[in-house]
Amino acid sequence: MATFNLQINGKNQQVDVAPDTPMLWVLRDHIKLVGTKYGCGVSMCGACTIHLDGEAVRSCQTTVSAAEGKSITTIEGLSEKGDHPVQKAWLEMDVAQCGYCQAGQIMSAAALLERNPNPSDQEIETAMNGNICRCGTYTRIKQAVKTAAANSQS
Amino acid sequence: MTLIKTHHNRRSFLKVSAAAGGGMMIGFNWLTSCTPASEPAIAIPNEWFDINGYIKIGDTGLVTIFSPNPEIGQNVMTSMPMVVAEELDVKWDHVVVEQGALDEDAFKNPQFAGGSLSIKLGWDALRMAGAAGKRMLLEAAAKEWAVDISELSASEGVISEKNGERSVGYGEIASKAAGIEVPEELELKEPKDYKLIGTFQKNVEGPKIVTGKPLFGLDYEKEGMVLAMIQHPPAFGMKIRDFNEGEIKAMDGVKDAFIIDTTTEEPIWAETNAFNNLIAIIGDTTWELMQAKKALKVNYETVSDPENSEMHEQWLIEGFDKGNVEESRTDGDPDAAFAKAAKVIERTFTSPFMAHNTMEPMNFFAHVTGDSAELTGPTQTPEALREAAAKLLGMDEDNISVNMTRMGGGFGRRLYVHFGLEAAAISKQLGAPVKMIYTREDDMTQGTYRPAYRSTYKAGLDADNNLIAFSVKGVGLPEGPVFPNRFPAGTVDNYTAVKLGMPTNISTGAWRAPRSHFTAGAEQSFIDEVAELAGKDPIEFRLELFERAKNNPVGEENDYDAARYAGVLELVKEKANWGTSIPGMHRGVAAYYCHNSYVAQVFDVAMESGQPKVKKVWCAVDCGIVVNREGAKNIIEGGVVDGIGHGMYSELKFENGSSVHNNFNSYQLIRHSQAPEEIEVFFVENEIAPTGLGEPGLPPAEAALANALYQATGTRYYHRPFSTADQGQERIEIG
Ligand code: FES
Ligand code: FES
Repeated sequence: MATFNLQINGKNQQVDVAPDTPMLWVLRDHIKLVGTKYGCGVSMCGACTIHLDGEAVRSCQTTVSAAEGKSITTIEGLSEKGDHPVQKAWLEMDVAQCGYCQAGQIMSAAALLERNPNPSDQEIETAMNGNICRCGTYTRIKQAVKTAAANSQS
Repeated sequence: MTLIKTHHNRRSFLKVSAAAGGGMMIGFNWLTSCTPASEPAIAIPNEWFDINGYIKIGDTGLVTIFSPNPEIGQNVMTSMPMVVAEELDVKWDHVVVEQGALDEDAFKNPQFAGGSLSIKLGWDALRMAGAAGKRMLLEAAAKEWAVDISELSASEGVISEKNGERSVGYGEIASKAAGIEVPEELELKEPKDYKLIGTFQKNVEGPKIVTGKPLFGLDYEKEGMVLAMIQHPPAFGMKIRDFNEGEIKAMDGVKDAFIIDTTTEEPIWAETNAFNNLIAIIGDTTWELMQAKKALKVNYETVSDPENSEMHEQWLIEGFDKGNVEESRTDGDPDAAFAKAAKVIERTFTSPFMAHNTMEPMNFFAHVTGDSAELTGPTQTPEALREAAAKLLGMDEDNISVNMTRMGGGFGRRLYVHFGLEAAAISKQLGAPVKMIYTREDDMTQGTYRPAYRSTYKAGLDADNNLIAFSVKGVGLPEGPVFPNRFPAGTVDNYTAVKLGMPTNISTGAWRAPRSHFTAGAEQSFIDEVAELAGKDPIEFRLELFERAKNNPVGEENDYDAARYAGVLELVKEKANWGTSIPGMHRGVAAYYCHNSYVAQVFDVAMESGQPKVKKVWCAVDCGIVVNREGAKNIIEGGVVDGIGHGMYSELKFENGSSVHNNFNSYQLIRHSQAPEEIEVFFVENEIAPTGLGEPGLPPAEAALANALYQATGTRYYHRPFSTADQGQERIEIG
C-alpha cells in the first residue's frame, strides 16, 4: 500500500492502494466514479478508456503509479454539463443500445478529434477499432464522430 | 374506436407504485432516479398522485411512467412508456420514465426480456394503463364540473369541454382522479389517431449514458456492501473439492472465502448453470479480489468425462443416425420425389459453440437477512430469479424483492438466474449485503453457450426447374436447430424436416434468436444455391415459393404468413433497386421470419485490397405497428452487425473440458473496421399489432452476407466462422 495523489477531472484526490492497482479500479472502487467501465481487463475492448494528459488510454492497463502527476479525465469530467461536442453528437445520433461500451467509445472519439479535428472514415475506424460494441452500434458511432467533427468546426 | 375489457380494478393496478417507488433506485434522489424523456418542459412537482401502477401525475402536469420490463439495450424503456403516454394522451416532453420493480400482478404484464416479446405481450396492458388513466382524469373533471363525461375531451395533458370554455390540466385534476374506479371497459385509440407511436424518439436514458451515470448492475452501490468474486472449476465435468482457504483469507483485502452451493430442487430452464459449487472470495476492492483469485490453489474432482471440439464435431455427425428425434414433419413422398428429380443438390452447414459476451460481465447484488432478501441487478427474468431464490433460500416469494438495473447487454445470457442465486448464497453465508462480480474470464468460461449445430439440406428440381422435393436434417448439442414448420414447409409438395439432439456436458442456452440464428444462415444460403441451380433470380425464386404458399399451401401447420414474408422481400427488392448492377459491387439477399417479425436484407459487398467489405445493407422489416422508429432502426442495425460478426469471426472451442477462449484476445468479436459502412432500415406500414425486434434483425444477416461473399469471391460459405473455418473448397483468405 502507498499513497497516491491524483488529479482527476480537475480535482485532487488521494488514494491508498497497491502501486500496481489499475486506474480502472481506483476510479471505480475508491473514487466511486463508475462511468469508466470494465469489459475485459486486458486492453482488448476499450470500455475502460480515459484520458491521461489528453491521450486516450486503457485504464485497465494504466497503473495508479503511472497516472500520478498526470491529468486524468473520465467520462464524468469530459464536460461539465454533458455537452461536449462528442456527447451531443452521440445524443443526436441516438447511438446507444445497452450503452455499456459508450463511455469508452466517447472517450476514444473525443481524444481522436482533439488530435485530428477532421478524420477520414479510415482514420475513424483505426482510432476506434480498440473499442468493442457488442450491441453493434458501429455505424451510428461513425456517424456521430463525423457529426461531432462537423459541429466543432462550424 | 376499439374497446378493451380491463378485467381488473384500480386497486390491483395501484399496488405497484409503492414497490416501484421504494427501494429500487440506486440510492439517488428522485431527480436522478427517473429519466426525463427529454429535458422536462415543465416544472418539477411538489406533490405526486398515483393514478395506477404505471402512472404517477405531479401537480405541475409532469407525468412519471414506470417501464415494466428489463432493459437490455432493446430500448423498451423508451418504447413501452411511449405506448402508455399515447393512450394517456400526454406530451412526450412532459414525461419522465422510471424502471419499475418486479410486480407482475400490478403491471398485468409478464416482466421479462426474452423472445423479442416485451412489446408484443405488453401491447394491451400498456395501452390499457394509459387509457385507464385518461378515463379517470376525464371522470374527475366531469364530476368537478358536474357535466357528463361525453361532453369532455382530453388531449396532450389537457381536458376541455367540447362545447364550452373550461379546460383543466392533468396536473390540476390528478389529486381528484386518484380516487376513481377503473371502468370495466375502456376506449383505445385507432392507429390512425396515434400522435406518439410511430415517431422517432431518442433513448430516454441517453443523457445518462453519455455522461457516465451509474446505471448498470456493476455500478450498483449500497451502504455497507462488500464485493465478492467467484472461482469455478477449470473444466466442464469437474467439481471443487477444497482450496487453500487459510492462505486466501490471510491475503490483503480479503475478508472471507468459502465454497457456496446453489443447487435448487427441481430446477427450471432458467436455472441452467455450468457449476453449482463455486469458491467465493469476499473483500472491499476488485483488484485485491483479483489477486486473491490468482493465488487460489484448488483441488478438483472429475464427475463426468471432459469433452473437446473434435468430439463435438464427431457427435454432430453421429447425431444424424443416433440423435434423439425432437421434432419432425413429412409432406408427400420425399424419397420418391428425389428419385425422379432432374437435379439434386445437397449441402451441409455447421456452427461451433459461441459465447454471449455481453459487454457487462455477469454480476448481482444481494442482501439476504433472516427473513427477507433484496436482489438487485441485471436480469432478463426477474420472476424466475425470485422463484429460484425462494427455493435456494427456503424463503417465501413474498419476502424476496427483485429490482432491475439497466443491463450492459443480454442476448439471452441474462435469462439464466445462476449469478443472482450465487450472490444470494454468498450474502446468506456472510449475513451482509454483497455485490458479486465476474471477471471477463469467469464470464466467458462459465457460459450458457449457443449450442453447436450441423444441418444437411437437400433439394430436388424437376426438368422445368421447379422445386419438387426438400429435406433438412439438423443436429444440435444438445438441441437440434430445425424448425419443421417454417419456410420452406408449405411451399413444396414433398418435404421432410427432422430435428435431432445429442447430449453434451457443456452448459448451453438461449442466445439471441435461438436456433433461428443458425437455421436462417444455413437455409437462406442453401436456397440461394438452389435458385442458382434452377437458373432463377434468388428473390424471384423465393417469391414463386411464397406464391404457392399463399394460394395453395402444403399442410396446415405452416408457421408464417406467406404474404408478409413476400412483402418484406418485395420491399427490400424495391429499396435496394435489386436487378440493377453496380460495377465492383456484389449482392446477396436473405429473408427470415422468427419471433413474430419478418426481415429481408440485401448486402452489397465490394472487394477492397483483396478483402470483402460490406458497403451497404438494406433491411425491410414487418413487425406490425412500429412503436419507436429510432429505437427500432437501431436494434435492426445491431442485429445486422451481430449477424456479420458471429458469422465471420466468433467461435468457442473446447479442450479437455475447458473453453480454449477466455477473453477478447482469443475470442474475436466484430470491430469498427469490419462493420458495414451503411445500413438502411425500412418498415412495412400496416396496422397489425406490434411484434418484437430484439432478435429478428440478426438471422438473415449471416446468409445475406454469405450469398454476397459468394458473388464476390466465388466461394460458398458453409461453415462458421467464415473467416477461419475450412470451407472444403479453394478460397481466398478473408477476415
Ligand atoms: S477493460 Fe480495459 S480494454 Fe477492456
Ligand atoms: S451499446 Fe451495448 S455494447 Fe455498445
